[in-house]
Amino acid sequence: MINMTTIKKLWVGIGVLALLSPLGLILPSLFKAEGAWGEWSLKEVERIIKFAPQGMKRLAGIWKAPLPDYTVPGQRTGMVGESLGYLFAAIIGIALVAGIMYLLAKLLARRNGNE
Amino acid sequence: MHIPDGYLGPATYGTLFAITIPFWAAASMKLNRTLKSRQAPYLALGAAFSFVIMMFNIPIIGGTTGHATGATIIAILLGPWAAVIAVSVALIIQALLFGDGGITAIGANCFNMAIVGVFTGYGVYRLIGLRSGSLSKRRVLAGAIGAYVSLNASALAAAILFGIQPLLEKSSTGQPLYAPFPLSIAVPAMVLQHLFVFGFVEALITALVIQYFQKNDPDMLG
Repeated sequence: MINMTTIKKLWVGIGVLALLSPLGLILPSLFKAEGAWGEWSLKEVERIIKFAPQGMKRLAGIWKAPLPDYTVPGQRTGMVGESLGYLFAAIIGIALVAGIMYLLAKLLARRNGNE
Repeated sequence: MHIPDGYLGPATYGTLFAITIPFWAAASMKLNRTLKSRQAPYLALGAAFSFVIMMFNIPIIGGTTGHATGATIIAILLGPWAAVIAVSVALIIQALLFGDGGITAIGANCFNMAIVGVFTGYGVYRLIGLRSGSLSKRRVLAGAIGAYVSLNASALAAAILFGIQPLLEKSSTGQPLYAPFPLSIAVPAMVLQHLFVFGFVEALITALVIQYFQKNDPDMLG
């Protein structure tokens, strides 16, 4: 039996997590933490080791993401603006990930019925 | 832990795609055989959960940040093969849409988090929780320990991929072409922070979610 109450409750949970997601920006800022180890930009690498690895220079900018680093176009500067942008990015990402996974799952389950 | 473009040379990123794609195929075949249509919403939730949990960057004071992946708890609730797909979908969207993780590194990132993370976490959970009831405290502990091991395994895998680059990919003058730090730097840098901080976050999240399901929907814990 499909348990709608569980699914609804879980989505509420996801919603709460989405609303809290700006903590992922705010907490690092509060604690003066930089980015994750090994996720530096090409420029940051150059600053750290005083040269730009040739291969990294070639590949670093290879992909122009539509919403880079979880920012949305037109978001304001400052912690509030960035937090709102991050929140929108979270919502967009959740919707897309869930939608794609749902369709993929339906596709894969095609032959097994609804039992 | 999302490796960007430019950190891994083609020998590495190519190999990691060659390893990861068969896992995706195997997972798809497995799900094609066993997945019921009504389970689709749960997989969607699992993928969404992994996605959003990875947005919570946890700071180390004055230092770097890290995040949990949800790989273990998703494997516990949906089975490891579904978790491979769910976490992979999250990672691929993160790379393509948000530039979080490189596109050349998709194979590598999925290997580290969606494969290594899933199977080590699930394996440890099963090992420790094998003979305990789904409502037992031991299951919660099994999940927590599994999650802790899982995230550290993912971190170690990522660190190794970083750390071998200076060995594998050098210019004619010996200069690193991609990730510049050797294993002796990469491994401690990545593993210690996950060992001391982020692994516990993953463990706590996993424990809390298991307890939630023990109270609200224990069937999902088998």
